[in-house]
Amino acid sequence: MDPIAADTRITTQMADSGAVVTLESVTVTYGRNQAMRDVTASFAAGAVGLLGPNGAGKSTMLKALLGFVAPDRGRMRVLGFDVAHSPLDIRARVGYMPESDAHIPGMNAVSFVAYCGELAGLPRVDAMQRAHEVLFYVGLGEARYRNVETYSTGMKQRIKLAQALVHDPDLLFLDEPTNGMDPKGRDEMLELVRDLAHNKGVNLIVSSHLLPDVEYTCDHVVVMDKGRVATHGPIEALKQPRGRTYELRVKTANLEAFIGQIRAAGLECHASDEDIMRVFVPGEGGARELFALAAREGVQVRHLRPSVATLEDVFATAVGEQ
Amino acid sequence: MPIHDQGYRRYGGTKAPHGQAWAVIARAGLRTMLARRTFLGLLLFAWFPFIVRAIQIYASTNFSQVAFLSPNVEMFHDFLEQQGFFVFVITVYVGAGLIANDRRANALQIYLSKPLTRTEYVFGKLTILMTFLLLVTWVPALVLLLIQILFAGNFSFLQANLYLFPAITVYSFVETIAISAAMLALSSLSKSGRFVAILYTGLFFFTTALWGVLTLALGGVHTRPGQGRPGVSWISFSADLTQVGNAIFRLPPKYDSPASVSLAVIVVLVVISGFVLERRVRGVEVVT
Repeated sequence: MDPIAADTRITTQMADSGAVVTLESVTVTYGRNQAMRDVTASFAAGAVGLLGPNGAGKSTMLKALLGFVAPDRGRMRVLGFDVAHSPLDIRARVGYMPESDAHIPGMNAVSFVAYCGELAGLPRVDAMQRAHEVLFYVGLGEARYRNVETYSTGMKQRIKLAQALVHDPDLLFLDEPTNGMDPKGRDEMLELVRDLAHNKGVNLIVSSHLLPDVEYTCDHVVVMDKGRVATHGPIEALKQPRGRTYELRVKTANLEAFIGQIRAAGLECHASDEDIMRVFVPGEGGARELFALAAREGVQVRHLRPSVATLEDVFATAVGEQ
Repeated sequence: MPIHDQGYRRYGGTKAPHGQAWAVIARAGLRTMLARRTFLGLLLFAWFPFIVRAIQIYASTNFSQVAFLSPNVEMFHDFLEQQGFFVFVITVYVGAGLIANDRRANALQIYLSKPLTRTEYVFGKLTILMTFLLLVTWVPALVLLLIQILFAGNFSFLQANLYLFPAITVYSFVETIAISAAMLALSSLSKSGRFVAILYTGLFFFTTALWGVLTLALGGVHTRPGQGRPGVSWISFSADLTQVGNAIFRLPPKYDSPASVSLAVIVVLVVISGFVLERRVRGVEVVT
């Protein structure tokens, strides 16, 4: 296929839908366990977080998009290509950073990354040149002649990113990219991911159960829970309240009963650390509604402050956590 | 502003079309093995019988006193059969870790996230083992044939045995394909190359031992055709190869089982190996 024609087709199709990945009613089953249940979602261009607790179906979704797992039903498209019919065209344009440790045994870093480049179709000389470049980019320039098996956990995460980048993909699947990294390494990894998405024009899907990672690196989010999409959209839009969130601390003999009253009044209440609650008041009622409720129940309000909604609120609301 | 930013750059070159990744895998595997001195030593040692045979051909064509050593079809067949020892050692040394090591390092999901199919992956791995096996069977046998022509100074031997070239080729490839497929299938069953080596060795000798036990139990002997009860040599993988080899070289069968049965066993073995590989070589391991 003419690469220019193919690229044009991808661009056209992406422009039509505005999404790099789409899923239509996809169900994936492992034995009796449904890992994805009738999932319909689309991932916009740019950086999209795939958020959810462990076992939500995030990794399964990435593996299904790569063609590792065949769905029981449903249809998936990546960069305009149908996963069922053009898996190789997709993999040629996608980079995948798996969650678990993965490398080719017996190779040093530069050989490993160059080998991955060759597997993706790069000429040998170009693959070697790009291997050096991406290893410097991910911060492994000085360690590139060491055997990968001697690397620390953080370095292994970086080499996985390097092998996913070497063939210059249009779309990156990053599965838990900060897994097992120390705080400094984690910050550096997040910087890399952010830089790729915002400065280098690479589309990303970052699968993570860590809210701060997704919030820092991504513009959009798809929240998954129990194999379903719980919510999705631009992070900023999701954080915009359709009401208002307050931090609330009260003095009462029976806090549980008061929380029950709050919920019975149709407000969302998430108990957080110590005795501070986060209460979401829908509509225009605001603080007045909370004061009225406290007065009616004979509860002293000790602290009431408007709170800025975080992705944590979005996540908690979406997956129904208390 | 930095003079040269060593950051990430987009790639502006051209990429190879799909379908060539197996060659990348094969090249890398061959390079890795040839970089090991022990293995190079083994390869050189495996050519020692070739040197002996070459001297035999030289002597028989130049010295009438040893004309009884003149090459014939049996000599080529025997040479290939004698190489069976090196075939076994190389199969264990090269093949045991081919897929097992990739499974241990979770490399399959790296491979299969690139634009290559599972068939290409298996074919690439198969090429590595087959190349080395052909290097100690097919290649030296053909060179021996060439040496015979060179030392004799004429084509009379080749003309009298025109089927020898195809026989050497067919037997070498049947042996190599069957052994490589079986070893790859075993290699895909474990994450330990050592365990696979033990498994292969066990299976190799177990089938031969089982054949011996069954022959005794049935009151037969290991034996010539037409003697005793119908043979069960087809149980032994090595006996199957011998039996098929004799048929290919137009030599009398060595054991009782028909060559067609032995060939069928080899074909079934290859088919089962393919089935195992299809089940085991996947980007994700699903445990249900």
